[in-house]
Amino acid sequence: MTETNAGSPEPQDTPKRVIGTPAPAETHTLLAKGDDEPAAPAAAADELDEKSAKRAERVVALFFVLTFLASIAFIAAYVYVGRDGGMHGADRTQQANVLLGGAMTLSFMAMGIGVTIWVRRLMTAKQIVQERHGLASPEEDRRIFAEGALEGGADTGLAKRPLLRRTLLLAAAPLGLAPLVLLRDLGPLPEKKLRHTFWRDAVAAAKAQGKPGVRLLVDGSYRPLTISDFDSPGGMITVVPEGIEQTADPLNEVAKAATIVINVPPELFKPLKGRENWHVNGVVAYSKICTHVGCPAALYEQTTHHILCPCHQSTFDATNGAKVIFGPAARALPQLPIAVDAEGYLIATADYDVPVGPSFWERGATQQ
Amino acid sequence: MSTAELPKAVDGPLTFIDDRLGSTTFMKRNLKKVFPDHWSFMLGEIALYSFIILLLTGTFLTLWFKPSMTDVIYHGSYVKLDGVKMSEAYQSTLNITFDVRGGLLMRQIHHWAAILFMAAIMAHMLRVFFTGAYRKPRELNWLIGLGLFTLGLLEGLFGYSLPDDALSGAGLRITAGVIQSIPLVGSYIMFFLFGGEYPGQDIIPRFFTLHILLIPGIILALVTAHMMIMWHQKHTAMPSKDQAETHVVGYPFYPVFMAKTGAYFLFTFGVISLLATFAQINPIWMFGPYDPAAISAGSQPDFYMGFLEGSLRMMPNWETNLWGYTIPWNVLIPALVPLGLVMTGAGLFPFVERWVTGDQRYHHVNDRPRNAPTRTAIGMTGVVFYGVLWLAGGNDIIAYKFDVSLYATTWFFRVAIFAGPILAFIITKRICLGLQRSDAATMAHGYESGTIKMMPNGEFIEVHKEPEEEQKAVILSKEEPKPSLPARDENGIPAPATKGLLGHVRARLNRAWHIDNITVEEGHGHEAEGADRELSKGH
Repeated sequence: MTETNAGSPEPQDTPKRVIGTPAPAETHTLLAKGDDEPAAPAAAADELDEKSAKRAERVVALFFVLTFLASIAFIAAYVYVGRDGGMHGADRTQQANVLLGGAMTLSFMAMGIGVTIWVRRLMTAKQIVQERHGLASPEEDRRIFAEGALEGGADTGLAKRPLLRRTLLLAAAPLGLAPLVLLRDLGPLPEKKLRHTFWRDAVAAAKAQGKPGVRLLVDGSYRPLTISDFDSPGGMITVVPEGIEQTADPLNEVAKAATIVINVPPELFKPLKGRENWHVNGVVAYSKICTHVGCPAALYEQTTHHILCPCHQSTFDATNGAKVIFGPAARALPQLPIAVDAEGYLIATADYDVPVGPSFWERGATQQ
Repeated sequence: MSTAELPKAVDGPLTFIDDRLGSTTFMKRNLKKVFPDHWSFMLGEIALYSFIILLLTGTFLTLWFKPSMTDVIYHGSYVKLDGVKMSEAYQSTLNITFDVRGGLLMRQIHHWAAILFMAAIMAHMLRVFFTGAYRKPRELNWLIGLGLFTLGLLEGLFGYSLPDDALSGAGLRITAGVIQSIPLVGSYIMFFLFGGEYPGQDIIPRFFTLHILLIPGIILALVTAHMMIMWHQKHTAMPSKDQAETHVVGYPFYPVFMAKTGAYFLFTFGVISLLATFAQINPIWMFGPYDPAAISAGSQPDFYMGFLEGSLRMMPNWETNLWGYTIPWNVLIPALVPLGLVMTGAGLFPFVERWVTGDQRYHHVNDRPRNAPTRTAIGMTGVVFYGVLWLAGGNDIIAYKFDVSLYATTWFFRVAIFAGPILAFIITKRICLGLQRSDAATMAHGYESGTIKMMPNGEFIEVHKEPEEEQKAVILSKEEPKPSLPARDENGIPAPATKGLLGHVRARLNRAWHIDNITVEEGHGHEAEGADRELSKGH
């Protein structure tokens, strides 16, 4: 509560309070009183005697001097953190942040406090009253305007010359549309680009060289993956097709072609109909791009064999064609047919048979 | 000449300008413009000042930021990422952080100010809604405010996408996926926006232009309009014995309000810079550059986007395939419906309320939320709806921190999104009516003074006291509803406004709006203490 209440003594006739009873409610009226009630002494310098005014002035001055010093400190800190030519990494950055930020905070805060004390203790402040006026224009003005508008409209002749009016509209329509046409080159048309991934081109290139399929490279290190990398059942490895680095825009290709390879214990693995030879003894490959809105489905729970997308928690069953178990995704993760080549490397023998990633209108009702 | 003469240094330039613009008349009128005081009127100011801070720090950041997705190999002063391939945008953000002195501070101030900007807008909108400050003549400013909020969401989304780190990339990926789901044109819009396939090379330069030029430009224009309309219409006031529909009481703009608001700007900047100094935000160097094949668990957007994230998370996986075309309801509904409901509802509300209540008057003195129970209850319905969506956006964090099943949290939110708002409506309305009853009791019997008195016969009573003038004025600021429109006039002719289906609906809504109103009126003039004795005997 504010000074307003601090000074208000309890009325004489009020009986003494017994210990343990709540304080008389009059010190907290239903609506908290604002600090600037007309009666509040807070805002009136003339109610302050000269001595306390002087004291308040000194306090304000102290805060202003503090702001001055903090700003000087800010400049000094700036010079200091740049000694021997730059910040040279994380440690100095941290130091710079604390020094510069601390000085800056201090200078703003001290000035804010100074001004506040100045307003509350030293500034002559009286509430004043202002009339509110109707906002609407006088009837007379409205009438004169309406007359003027009608007269002007008649002067143009638009109302009685339909040919003029209609051709003007005709002229305006394409004129407004033309700038939209300019936006056409913002991007190419989707065509069939969302329907296939780099796996298709990579497999085709490999087959042209007489190979049975394209090797799976570990994302990041680009090391080809062998079946012996999966000696023990366990984690999940992200792979991309061989040759993806050499494409024109590798990130675009990775964004569609990223694939996860999981070693599901063979006794648990239930290959779907028509996909009996798409896995290698339980080692199975699914698209990493979630069928919900396209985040990488990057979490794999080894005990339950669930693949989880961390963005919206769509959960897929790795043992059963990556079908959706929970969450907002509507479709299973597409499966990549894989095999082993003569040298023991894992290869993909074809592209995904359905578009990967989020749904779109012309995607079609291709199988789940 | 007047008795008051300005110092030459002020008078000279002022006369120069006034001779050419006639500006002194305007300044005479506005020098002592009244600003009523209430703590809740400061919320909008926080938003305004955060916006100014955003403009200042944002300009600073553009001096070094390179909006380019060209691949580079990093060899900067942050050794942990040495030799890593990344985009120029990410590299330049690292450089701002680790090589530009104060760069990290400015980045963190920028981000914290953005969060405070959105939080302040929300708090300000809630204040305006619950006090009925959007009523005639202020509907236009309410709509401008909604526009500012929407633009703020977009501006934030574009802004945190710019550094091109792993986390912001996930946000972009979701944006692309949502756009792609739009029926008929989704993939086309996605290709046009991204300049081809996701992620492409264009999105960051494009978002950069939108983020630093187009949207802030529109925001600045709308903020200016918002302020000018507020200035012209004068501020609303909270009910008090001093305030009235015909006048406003408060401090003059110059010097008191100016000094106060100046101090307030300094405090806002001070608090944001304190946060930026000690509370780390968006440490992009820890996330690494964007890689479409990588993501970390617990990815969260900024808080103001959380409700969209939540609605995506709780939606069941519905998708329709018709004649070879796909409609992904699981993405469309959560992306469009909640935002659409909240924004359309908020935009139409002033007009629907005016239509339902038939109240065409100006309102300059605000309502206390309790005195408009239906409005307050609808507002709380919206708040709970938004709140459930927002919490659902963090369901993985909730599941982890409280050690409950992730799927259980999802199911909880799926139920809560329907049950929560309904409960909120009922409970809020009851609370409002309870508070009205308490006001009515205060007016009739005085307020409970907290003083227990022992009567000569040994009986204890609590002394009730006559409320003070101010308290009475506040309580009596409640308007008693006018009786709803009669369905028929005295000749039995149906009133025009009640005819037809629309008129019927209106009459029904009008009744629902005012039903269970508690009448609050002046006491019956008896001594407070005497009344109290009767009251206590009755118990």
